[in-house]
Amino acid sequence: MMSNTTQATAAAPAAAPIHSVDEPRGGDPRPATATAVKIKARDVNVYYGDKHALKHVDLDINENEVTALIGPSGCGKSTFLRCLNRMNDVIDSCRVVGDITLDEADIYDPSLDVVQLRARVGMVFQKPNPFPKSIYDNVAYGPRIHGLAHNKADIDDIVRQSLERAGLLKEVHDRLDQPGTGLSGGQQQRLCIARAIAVNPEVILMDEPCSALDPIATARIEELIDELRENFTIVIVTHSMQQAARVSQRTAFFHLGDLVEVGNTEQIFTNPKDSRTQGYITGRFG
Amino acid sequence: MQTMIVILALTGLALIGYMTGRGRSLVLARGVTPLHSLPSYHGLYVAFWVGIPALLVLVLWLVIEPRIIEWIVLDGLPSGTVDGLAADRVGLLLNDIRNTASGNIASQKDNPVIEAAATQLNNLRAIGFVLMAVSCAIAGTGGLVLAQRRIAPGLRARNSVERTIHIILILSSMIAILTTVGIVLSLVFESWRFFTKVPIWDFLFGLDWSPQTALRADQVGSSGAFGAVPLIAGTMLITFIAMMVAAPVGLMSAIYMAEYADPRFRAVAKPMLEILAGIPTVVYGFFAALTVAPAIRGWGESIGLSVSSESALAAGVVMGIMIIPFVSSLSDDVINAVPQSLRDGSYALGATRSETITSVIIPAALPGIVGAVLLAVSRAIGETMIVVMAAGLAANLTINPLEAVTTVTVQIVTLLVGDQEFDSAKTLSAFALGLMLFVITLALNVIALYVVRKYREKYD
Ligand SMILES: Nc1ncnc2c1ncn2[C@@H]1O[C@H](COP(=O)(O)OP(=O)(O)OP(=O)(O)O)[C@@H](O)[C@H]1O
Ligand SMILES: [Mg+2]
Repeated sequence: MMSNTTQATAAAPAAAPIHSVDEPRGGDPRPATATAVKIKARDVNVYYGDKHALKHVDLDINENEVTALIGPSGCGKSTFLRCLNRMNDVIDSCRVVGDITLDEADIYDPSLDVVQLRARVGMVFQKPNPFPKSIYDNVAYGPRIHGLAHNKADIDDIVRQSLERAGLLKEVHDRLDQPGTGLSGGQQQRLCIARAIAVNPEVILMDEPCSALDPIATARIEELIDELRENFTIVIVTHSMQQAARVSQRTAFFHLGDLVEVGNTEQIFTNPKDSRTQGYITGRFG
Repeated sequence: MQTMIVILALTGLALIGYMTGRGRSLVLARGVTPLHSLPSYHGLYVAFWVGIPALLVLVLWLVIEPRIIEWIVLDGLPSGTVDGLAADRVGLLLNDIRNTASGNIASQKDNPVIEAAATQLNNLRAIGFVLMAVSCAIAGTGGLVLAQRRIAPGLRARNSVERTIHIILILSSMIAILTTVGIVLSLVFESWRFFTKVPIWDFLFGLDWSPQTALRADQVGSSGAFGAVPLIAGTMLITFIAMMVAAPVGLMSAIYMAEYADPRFRAVAKPMLEILAGIPTVVYGFFAALTVAPAIRGWGESIGLSVSSESALAAGVVMGIMIIPFVSSLSDDVINAVPQSLRDGSYALGATRSETITSVIIPAALPGIVGAVLLAVSRAIGETMIVVMAAGLAANLTINPLEAVTTVTVQIVTLLVGDQEFDSAKTLSAFALGLMLFVITLALNVIALYVVRKYREKYD
């Protein structure tokens, strides 16, 4: 573990990641809260062709917490998020180096089935992207491909439950056979969340889930995230400081591909250690 | 040729109009009042005033002049030559005069009357050309002078030019539409003539096709049978076989190209596939007739089937190969148009590539794919060369792909090649077949549109 940090410092001395006190190191359990570490990223580097997009990132994601990733545009937040469910595999030029473990198991292990990984680590995108199918089929898609249900009644249950948990059931219960694309933007995004939780993942990754929504729809999604925290581990990328402050327990600040600082959300926003973090959250740059 | 010279001269004049109009407005622009329109609009304004009236004169002249000249020539013929002749005989006579005048072979050689008339025709034409050139020049310069006078800082040249362009565009599209309407009407009228000789019922539902009619009234036997069912059946059989080849192969190659292929491979393979569409159909035709048909016959016989040397199977398979690019290229485009975000959404749920393709991409691209397939079907129905060469001429009513069948297009070709009498039922039946082909293709296109719209409601 120490060697990783040294390497990072050597590679980019100016932008050495400064870890906050409560950052767990070398497997030490965090004293502050008793939550377990769900995802552990160690010395993660991502390259798009020759471009070094993510540099020596060490980050722990705690179970049943909301972790917010913040930072100026292009700093690598989405890139990091996409490493966690290996969505970067889809991009030809993208190369990921480093260790990422989910429940202590390496997710880049060649023997690991990426299909199963993605069933455990769901994702919600910046732009709502419901499939051109009915609302019902959108939610049933995941359970069907993973064989989670054996008969129609089971799928019905899963669909209703997921919609309910995503806070959408009331609005759509009488038109489940209508196309999902016919919903409003906020509803579509909640449909995408329902679709993600229908496969019963352990982790949900959200990449700026509210950036296309109005304040009311945003508030609903934020409420929802808070409720979902009970059952899921959530990682959310956001450009809104307020949103990060409202929904997350831990916040990580990225800058130019470096993880600058990570810590309790309250601490990051009230007492940042790094001057870059301070500058960003007070709106001096980014 | 001579008309070309006039048109060139008019173009030159219009160019001059543009320059002077622009120049004049530039001079005006130095004055106190600002120009309403940019100088180039003033230039175009003058150019339109030069070109359009002169062009109208030219077109009118070209339409009317020959009529007048013919009338004068006929009038100048020695009395008694034309009187009492039927209209078509007069036409023949005129044709002879025209041919003699332009030095072509005429049926009545060395007839002094015609010689004289031809000389007169030539003279009249020469005069006509000079008159035409002069009137075009007058119209052009008139427009030039008039438009020049009108140029003023407040002239709304831009608005006039925009309106003129608008009208020109409308006229261009009208030409395309009117041509289509004309073709359809001629089909309808000729078919009408056919149906007065052969009842439409017999044509549509008759099971027998043998269009040999008697050449002379005293011939016996061949009264002709014009039942189109065997031709339709043959067309459908071959189209079906072709689509059985083209639809799956085309669709799957499109999926491979769009979803799996390495960009470098795609860059080479896609153009290669499209070359298939560039091969002349006659090449496919002899490939079908000389290679595929005998091969199928050979295989068939080796397993004890009797295969005729021209078979629906051979023609259909080769036609299917020919239309693969239609299906694959269009499907590839629509598959590529499916947004990446849908693929990401599916992959993020843990779907594999093939699950994503079958459950997300294909449904999203379905309207386009249906459109591509239906387009390929109309193409197959209308295809002629391959079936002429490989499917045979015998109008068998069969669904056995190993037998020779014939198609609507093949029969149209055979009905119209060679010397034909233009009002026999045999010749006219070609128009009826053409009309039927047109109606079928039209119906297919309408269905395609309907399907596309229906799915679009569901999938957008
Ligand atoms: N597919 C790609 N190919 C090449 N470079 C990429 C690709 N995706 C991202 N990058 C680069 O990697 C860097 C990090 O991008 P990333 O999308 O992770 O930023 P981000 O922090 O999510 O920004 P934003 O807040 O604007 O979404 C950027 O410099 C970007 O240009
Ligand atoms: Mg991003």
